[in-house]
Amino acid sequence: MQDHISSSLSASGQTEKHPPSHVRRSPRWQTFWDRTGSYISVALGSIVGAVARFLVSVLFVSQFGDGFPWGTLFVNVTGSFVIGIYAALTGPDGRLFVSARQRLFVMVGICGGYTTFSAFSLETLRLVQSGRVQTAFVYLVVSAVTWIAGVWLGHALAARLNRL
Amino acid sequence: MDTINGVMWVALGSVLGGTARFWLSGFVARRVGETFPWGTMVVNVSGAFLLGILAASAASHGIFAAVRPWQFAAIGILGTYTTVSSFSLQTLALARDGEMIRAAGNMVASLSLCLVAVTGGFTAGLYVLG
Repeated sequence: MQDHISSSLSASGQTEKHPPSHVRRSPRWQTFWDRTGSYISVALGSIVGAVARFLVSVLFVSQFGDGFPWGTLFVNVTGSFVIGIYAALTGPDGRLFVSARQRLFVMVGICGGYTTFSAFSLETLRLVQSGRVQTAFVYLVVSAVTWIAGVWLGHALAARLNRL
Repeated sequence: MDTINGVMWVALGSVLGGTARFWLSGFVARRVGETFPWGTMVVNVSGAFLLGILAASAASHGIFAAVRPWQFAAIGILGTYTTVSSFSLQTLALARDGEMIRAAGNMVASLSLCLVAVTGGFTAGLYVLG
């Protein structure tokens, strides 16, 4: 299986132009700066994704109350959709050429920070604890189905765009 | 104004959570190989366990019952540390490779282990804090 996220890590830095050998930093320094750049990309993307998730949940609670975790469901489905599109558009067969660092920024940073598995788990537990076992079960099944449907739909859409 | 303050705490926590996920999932993937998304699963299960502990603290009027610590640690750090998008993408990749049993196994294992972990974290937290 091709892991689109981890494999982009090992490719990071290959797109960069190396200076002439007499001013080139030692390989160890080069590796250090490549890694630092990857972490900064992930950190910046994480801020964007997490803040978006927070604002979405504030908005959803103010609109629909907190009886059902609509906000978390929304971010997880839309985040899966976005990563599906982006991964296919910028993948080996994709029509967009981006650097490994840009992929880290969008996929690991933004999409990873925007979606959350822990909040989903806690919300399911809280529904069970408050005696709403049936709602918890519905939340679980609907989440699993719509996450995968989201990423599949994004991938299918990008595959069509790639063929244009 | 209150929301802006919350955004700052969430943003601070997200830097820690996002980089921790990147490091740990990469570390696990390099150690055990990438034929199965173990890295994402380790991150999600451990994050669910830790959030269970924080929820126990909040339920027993501990430090995480306050809004700012919750926004920083629960929504910021752990919310960003765990991820659904990578899980979905990796499950789809397994399914597209014809690895249907692995794709289904990843779904069932991730969902059930995370629910067990958050329940275990909550119970352990209540036991220690209560």
